[in-house]
Amino acid sequence: MTPLRIVTQLLEIAAALIAAPAFLGWVNQCRAWLQNRRAPSVLQPYYGLRKLFGKDVILAENASALFRFAPYAVFGTMVAAAAIIPSMGTGLPLSTAADAIALVGLLATARVFVSLAAMDVGTAFGTLGARREMMVGFLAEPALLMVLFVAAMISHTTSLPLIAEGLTTRALALYPSLAFTAVAFTLVLLAENARIPVDNPATHLELTMIHEAMLLEYSGRHLAMMEWAAALKLFNYACIGFALFIPWGTGTEAGGPAALMLAAPLLALKLAVAGAGLAVVETLSAKLRVFRAPEFLATAFLLAVLGLLVYLLLGA
Amino acid sequence: MAPLSFDLQLLNGCAALLLLLSFSMLSQRRIVNLVNLLALQGALLCAATLLVAVRTGQGHLYLSAVLTLALKVVGLPLLLHRLIRRLNVYWDAEPVINASGTMLIGLLIVVFAFGLAQPISALASTATRSTLGIAIAVILLAFLTMITRRKAMSQVVAFLSMENGLFFGAMSATYGMPMVVELGVALDVLVAMLVLGVFFFQIREQFDSLDLHHLESLKETE
Repeated sequence: MTPLRIVTQLLEIAAALIAAPAFLGWVNQCRAWLQNRRAPSVLQPYYGLRKLFGKDVILAENASALFRFAPYAVFGTMVAAAAIIPSMGTGLPLSTAADAIALVGLLATARVFVSLAAMDVGTAFGTLGARREMMVGFLAEPALLMVLFVAAMISHTTSLPLIAEGLTTRALALYPSLAFTAVAFTLVLLAENARIPVDNPATHLELTMIHEAMLLEYSGRHLAMMEWAAALKLFNYACIGFALFIPWGTGTEAGGPAALMLAAPLLALKLAVAGAGLAVVETLSAKLRVFRAPEFLATAFLLAVLGLLVYLLLGA
Repeated sequence: MAPLSFDLQLLNGCAALLLLLSFSMLSQRRIVNLVNLLALQGALLCAATLLVAVRTGQGHLYLSAVLTLALKVVGLPLLLHRLIRRLNVYWDAEPVINASGTMLIGLLIVVFAFGLAQPISALASTATRSTLGIAIAVILLAFLTMITRRKAMSQVVAFLSMENGLFFGAMSATYGMPMVVELGVALDVLVAMLVLGVFFFQIREQFDSLDLHHLESLKETE
């Protein structure tokens, strides 16, 4: 294990922790601009986190230990996921511990904890949100796995850093299969991160809410952890997308420290473009009824499987 | 595996998009959009034909590309749009099977078609042989679209899309049919379209609707 690998690993985790709220802030800012509202600062999520960390925690009377433990578990899994996603460099010592399929498992663990905690207190809204989250999750997960399988088949490995490295170094060619899976991945990203066609992140009390409904009972530092974890989740998904579909500029191990230095501004650029794109998608689309969400995710699954089949047939 | 040449990559892209279009036709319930998708399919077919023509240098393929453009991108869609306006049918009824179910059946059909095409394309000697599976899938998906629809109008659009699939299949297996056959098929499609247009009016005259399940009962009174 060379020092460069350790530095890359630490840098990636630190970047994810620091940049995730800013990315969320940037998406919110773009949305506000597109909707002709006065935009909040990019730093707004940090202010929110600082405020929440300074407040006392109020627990429901019948909250169990699970309810108190869940925010740390969710936050922990998200940090662990950030550690194995190659956002800046591919030489990650921790990435040997978990491949792309284990990454999906990590994300699922976080979902289980959020849902269990939401049902723990026993309020109607929490249970409702948890059930909807599970519905979205069980439909989005196969689609996400299919997306990862296509990339894994193209590069003959399930390790995410090796996939990114393989896609950067191979000859430039048109991959219809990757184009299909990119669209499928975008749909999964929207659904999993409670973005607009499936859930509205800007709403707080609405009958159709999913993610916010699960966090209603949380307060103080617990809520801060949960919100930070949600920002990290969005950041992680964006970075998985970059690793699979636009991996150019990610520092490879052979590139040395110089490549790593170059990767940071490129990542910022990719995040800025992706965030603006996300805001445009969210502004253009209307929220679906909850019962239409399965159709939305079935489309994602269909596109991912089509990508897989097209790859098998055309070899591209 | 060495990367394919760029025009073959573009052709594969066209083929993949054709497959995607077939699926969007399968799920589309507005007849106007269905016709637009058919026109788009024709345009992709025209592009694919041109690509193959440039690659192989066969003169008759240019001609069939022009024919595709004139007939399938401009002619038939215009005719269909006029029919839709005159007959005032904009929506198809609920499909026979629900949307997600149809999609899953469609996926199985694609798997079947790809399996079917494997031995055939192993025998073909053209550079475009790998797209044969997609052509068969497009044909079978058009079949499925016809089966799951109730209105005569969308069944005809699906029928035309099936013809597109056949054309694409012929191109990927043998670089297109002989010119005489192609002209004959084009004429057939045009005539069939005109006859079916007359049929539409007759069906509506009889039953006040284009819903084909009225044709299933033999007697006029139940």
